[in-house]
Amino acid sequence: MENTASRIDRLALTFGAQGFDPYGVSKKHLEMFLGALSLFYKSYFRVRTRGLENVPASGRAMLVGNHSGGYAIDGAMVISACFLELEPPRLVHAMADKFLSRLPLSSVWTARCGQFTGLRENAVRLLKDERMLLVFPEGVAGVSKLYNERNTLVNFGHGFMRLALQTKTPIIPFGFAGGGDAVPTIYNARGLGKLFGVPYLPLTPWGLPLPLPAQCALVFGRALDFQGSGHEDDGEVSANVALVKGAIAQLILDANAVRSESAQ
Amino acid sequence: MKVLVAGGSGALARRVVEKLQRGRHEVAVVDRRPWPADASGIAFFEADIRKLAAADVIRRFHPDCVVHMATVNAIRAPNEDSSRTNLAGTRALYQFSAEHGVKHVVFVSRHTIYGASADAPLFHMEDEPPSGLERDAALADLTAADLYASQMLWREPKLKTTVLRVVYFLGESRTGTLARYLSDRVVPRVLGFDPAYQVIDEDDAAAAIALAVDAAAPGIFNVAGPAPLPLSVVIRESGREGLALPELALRFMRRRGSFSGLPQGGFTHLKYPIAVDGSAFRAATGFQFQRTLEDCLSRFRTASPKLL
Repeated sequence: MENTASRIDRLALTFGAQGFDPYGVSKKHLEMFLGALSLFYKSYFRVRTRGLENVPASGRAMLVGNHSGGYAIDGAMVISACFLELEPPRLVHAMADKFLSRLPLSSVWTARCGQFTGLRENAVRLLKDERMLLVFPEGVAGVSKLYNERNTLVNFGHGFMRLALQTKTPIIPFGFAGGGDAVPTIYNARGLGKLFGVPYLPLTPWGLPLPLPAQCALVFGRALDFQGSGHEDDGEVSANVALVKGAIAQLILDANAVRSESAQ
Repeated sequence: MKVLVAGGSGALARRVVEKLQRGRHEVAVVDRRPWPADASGIAFFEADIRKLAAADVIRRFHPDCVVHMATVNAIRAPNEDSSRTNLAGTRALYQFSAEHGVKHVVFVSRHTIYGASADAPLFHMEDEPPSGLERDAALADLTAADLYASQMLWREPKLKTTVLRVVYFLGESRTGTLARYLSDRVVPRVLGFDPAYQVIDEDDAAAAIALAVDAAAPGIFNVAGPAPLPLSVVIRESGREGLALPELALRFMRRRGSFSGLPQGGFTHLKYPIAVDGSAFRAATGFQFQRTLEDCLSRFRTASPKLL
């Protein structure tokens, strides 16, 4: 198996003399980050990924999918899948929540690994540079799903659709299953979270949100292309959003089917 | 062309004067500080730009272009002098320029006016308002002066205005905001944070300002050089030793008078990045930087005296 460093060399990134790309992504940090993620992807969550042929090998794209509970294990595994299983590998830029850049350490690691704050300006800049973004239209409300809500979808924001229309970016929907089984949340401690500067702390039956080695599955669907300018009425945009949401709902069912078939 | 450089005695401004002279302009300098070098070929006027004496300089020298570099731009809480210099000074200079037929004013601002904040975009564009003033009032008067100069674009249509928001400059002069921060051998920073810093060589910065005089393109422009690097790398490559301390410890030590180079006010500039997109300026003037960041930092290192 090819090692992390040589796959990083094959990413479509140019590192300067000090090992940083123009956005501040660091080769050294990427190697540690993606190396650790690979272990989780392959050995801990043993992620089964289907539909990779739907992810473009180059050019701008938006991966849009569901949060499955606990915290963003789903996001980390999508980044891993695109790094480990695509040929050539691609670096996915997740649009991270703002609190991550306010916290010490996480502020450094998110910036060095290309996981930038989810601002519209950042998204447009990266897409125009033909990068691939990862977007969860459910936002924090999606991550904080409790165990029994793990395969449901909450309200989708519209921002991602306007962004896709404006920048003419194809949307690749995906469904993720297993995150809620790894971190079965029974209660979101918001007050406790505030102490640590995070929106909430998910509590599990064993207290701390340490993940179980639950098997996860990830299914990418066919790319959806929408035509427009991004300045349409809300009604028109929400019809498009509903189409994406419908596709993701089906892909979550597919992902759960992949999980149960591998459990047998 | 006749060019008057206000605040021309500063280290960066002197390099601008040099470049303008080499570009065959007739250059005069007005500054309340004396001219430090030998004044060959330069008409030097010791005057405060807020005073009527400065109006007299403009009347007598009759410049086509005024380069306004008489600002206080260190990262510190505004005081009476910085407010008067930045606000009253900028206003007076514009007024005198408009009254005496100046055609073009270049206001040299700083990229720090965008403010350092956790939710800043990767690169600021010129149309963005300043942010973070509610948390850190440092530079509030420079920010106001920048916006005052910007509104002159429509308020004084006869007068062309160019606002340049220049990133941190560094070089052999060892002056400027960043040089002050890097003045000691051990340079403290905030543990757990390592923002991207955008630095341009002082000769490149001066060339960009001189180029703006020649191009005479009205508008607001970010002036950037090489791609940003993390603060820790900037400290290391400039031959200093970085010392990462928790924010609370840093606050305590500053109160006790250690680390004189630390910016006053909050530590936002040590925690969060300010990076700007310089593509509009490059498109308008064809500006290209000459020195890489490594080159610039090593020149700064070589020029520094041996630090204990």
